Amino acid sequence: MTGHDTTTGSPFAPHTPDETEAMLDAIGADDVDELFDIPEAVRFDGEFGIEQRSERAVKRELRETFGDNDDLTEFLGRGHYDHYVPSLVDHLSLRSEFLTSYTQYQPEVTQGFLQVLFEYQSLLVELTGLEIANCSMYDAATALGEAATLASRVRATDGHRVLVPELLRDERREVLENYVAGTQMVVETVPSDDGNIDVEALADLVDGDTVMVYAENPSVRGTVEEGLADIADIAHDNDALFVLGSDIVALSLLQKPSEVGADVVIGDASVLGLPTSYGMGLGLFATRDSFVRQVPGRLVGASEDEAGNRTYTLTLQTREQHIRKERATSNICTNQAWVALRTAIHAADLGPSGLVDLAETCVTEAQDLAERVDDISGVGAPVHDRHHFREFVARTDQPAPAIASDLETEGFAVHALSDHELQICVTDANARKADDLVAALAEVAE
Amino acid sequence: MRFDQARWTDDDGGRYEPLLSEKDGTEVEIDDSPLPDDLTRDSLDLPELSEPELARHYTRLSEMNYGIDNGPYPLGSCTMKYNPKFTEDVAAIPDAAVHPDRSEDTVQGTLELLYDLQDYLARIGGMDSVTLQPPAGAAGEFTGILLAEAYHEANGEGHRHEVIVPESAHGTNFASAALGGYDVVELPGGDDGRVDLDALEAALSEDTAALMLTNPNTLGLFERDIEEIAEMVHDVGGLLYYDGANLNALLGRARPGDMGFDIMHYNVHKTFATPHGGGGPGAGPVGVVSDLEPYLPTPRVRQAESGAYELFEPEETVGKVHGFQGNWLVLVKAYAYIARLGDPGLRDASAKAVLNANYLGERTDYDVPYGPYHHEFVASAGDQDAADVAKRMLDYGVHPPTTKWPEIVPEALMTEPTEIENRKTLDQLAAAFNAVAGEDDSTLADAPERTTARRIDQTSAARDLRLSWHSLDGD
Repeated sequence: MTGHDTTTGSPFAPHTPDETEAMLDAIGADDVDELFDIPEAVRFDGEFGIEQRSERAVKRELRETFGDNDDLTEFLGRGHYDHYVPSLVDHLSLRSEFLTSYTQYQPEVTQGFLQVLFEYQSLLVELTGLEIANCSMYDAATALGEAATLASRVRATDGHRVLVPELLRDERREVLENYVAGTQMVVETVPSDDGNIDVEALADLVDGDTVMVYAENPSVRGTVEEGLADIADIAHDNDALFVLGSDIVALSLLQKPSEVGADVVIGDASVLGLPTSYGMGLGLFATRDSFVRQVPGRLVGASEDEAGNRTYTLTLQTREQHIRKERATSNICTNQAWVALRTAIHAADLGPSGLVDLAETCVTEAQDLAERVDDISGVGAPVHDRHHFREFVARTDQPAPAIASDLETEGFAVHALSDHELQICVTDANARKADDLVAALAEVAE
Repeated sequence: MRFDQARWTDDDGGRYEPLLSEKDGTEVEIDDSPLPDDLTRDSLDLPELSEPELARHYTRLSEMNYGIDNGPYPLGSCTMKYNPKFTEDVAAIPDAAVHPDRSEDTVQGTLELLYDLQDYLARIGGMDSVTLQPPAGAAGEFTGILLAEAYHEANGEGHRHEVIVPESAHGTNFASAALGGYDVVELPGGDDGRVDLDALEAALSEDTAALMLTNPNTLGLFERDIEEIAEMVHDVGGLLYYDGANLNALLGRARPGDMGFDIMHYNVHKTFATPHGGGGPGAGPVGVVSDLEPYLPTPRVRQAESGAYELFEPEETVGKVHGFQGNWLVLVKAYAYIARLGDPGLRDASAKAVLNANYLGERTDYDVPYGPYHHEFVASAGDQDAADVAKRMLDYGVHPPTTKWPEIVPEALMTEPTEIENRKTLDQLAAAFNAVAGEDDSTLADAPERTTARRIDQTSAARDLRLSWHSLDGD
């Protein structure tokens, strides 16, 4: 048998030279190049200049490349969080029947993945109290953009104002602004009141032209929002949707969105399931059943098969781009399904007790660390007189950027928010290093 | 070849593998919380199962799922390639697990990879600059639309409000243009399955912002008139957008930048073999010619004179299309794949992809009305229902093609075997096509029989919506 010609071709194309010849014979061509119907003028005869490497060499190269990253203990959050991911998640999610499958357009042969996605949707329904959750959006920011376009579609009358909190990650707002750029909607800011939304200011701002009011719980500064029900009432009194941003660990403990009047819940679900991934996420999207035909993205529903057994299938596909084209509820096609699978497995492994324990840890660790940071001379924490989840802001007498830089030298990464504000995030993943951080901060902050 | 998919059946329950919620339901009351009661929920009601129970649950579910590693997956337009295992290992290198807010000089390795991947993709596409931020192909299209709008606006031509899309294009093209606020002008196809230049001439005007084109198109045909098309679009001041879904056909043979395209997206989960993961995540980097570079999403990565990598904001940036830097793990896998193949491997991938499609197309009994095709062909199921053909093909242990699209071919079977199949597997695929072609309608209507589930009732799923286990209560 002739060996695979992997030195001069793709190692993942199995054709031997003899096989290639026989196939060319079968189709009546002399050469593979003949099969390309490309006009001479636009043919590419050059080289990319990309050297072919062995598997071992690529691995070595990337280990070396990533070795150039400094080994810092991160106390970073602000929308991207780290919780310990159990081995179970990798081992099961990497089963290639899951990993190497496509979207479930043939449900009879993809029941396994469909059931996982149905279970993921069910998890979000339990966490949010809303009846509908989709299979995934890209991340929290794009989910927020999709929430705005949904809000404008379901509103009985035209409106163009989208109100978002002053305390919002800039990038999240910029994505939202791009999603509404093709509409009449404009994004406006609601002032904050000591880390929460200023409810009185909101009441003055909202009017009949307001399509949606957005709030986050916890906020990007880690504060727990105390006025959710009031915010919802103000929105609803003006026929605006109340959209709430959160994540699935916070949702395990904080007020249930349905009970405070949320119409849509968006956020990041990959706080479970993914390790720190340079910002890669999983957009969660849940809403009321009355909006189901306006939901973006994929939905898995239960059905029956010819054998009379319960099965699962993608449903309401007439909302989607491959059928509805420019009238689709969204342009999303490829999504984050495999991340949703990982998140579902991680959440199932924690179970309700583990989810609540983890969420409570996020409160107690942040509280403890803030108290200890507050004891350091030249530092005050937390800046906001609120309850905190995972993270808090500290005021520093010395310039915060210089402190953050000095901390890097000591092996720690924190956020420098402004001239005299640091933000520190603590979870189960880095809590055991909190003592060391406090000691280092005491050294550099005075 | 005989195929029988695993099927765990709970006969008493009238279902296959039970749901987690049917194995346990535990309501955890939330009291003694570190937060005041009025800031917490009352309880959380979810399954509480042990690790061994979960391992078995998900393993059984995986057995009831079909991936590329199970068998051929010739879904047209989806480019279902083998996903090299080592790419998962490199994506999991611990040093790469960093937070996006780390300062630049502490994540030089991460930035170097992004820089190098930007460079590789620019070379492969013949583009001047690349952003890696869009998290999927459709997000890349939307980014491209934002870029076109910013470009026209900056040139005082913000009045352009139309995007032209061929009728046979991917649905995302229409939806992405609409999301960007554009009116979509649908371009009827020519008799030969390609762009009809007269129709294009009629559609183009000073209102044209862009033409979105896939090349080879969804029939697998190269748009031979591409140079003239580019000239026509540019003559009216429009931009030419390349949908990268079919780039696998052209690797090392032709580049969108050389054909006159101004903007393109790459589907790295197609062309560069990152796993489709049951629907995602993918990544949809966007390449542009130099005129559009100032508008790219922020931040981008560049190399300073010192050799250090740094982030920067393009001067006229359209802003953000993802909350952070996109789907990082997917980008690492794409880099690893491109590095593994290099020039000779990439050029061989397109060769074998086109060879395989032509060989399979030649061997199928179904008529293939349009050609010469490249990496995919669209056969017609003729008098048979293409959706039924697909269901029956499942019984032969192969995943069926994309069906009923593009609509220009009646009962379309859009087939893309990719370069990863050997001759023997292609023969099996052809045998499956041909066996089904010879079967009667009732056999097709009863299919599939050998998959986990039998034919699923789509109408019931849509009419009686049950979208979570909560809505199954009382079943």
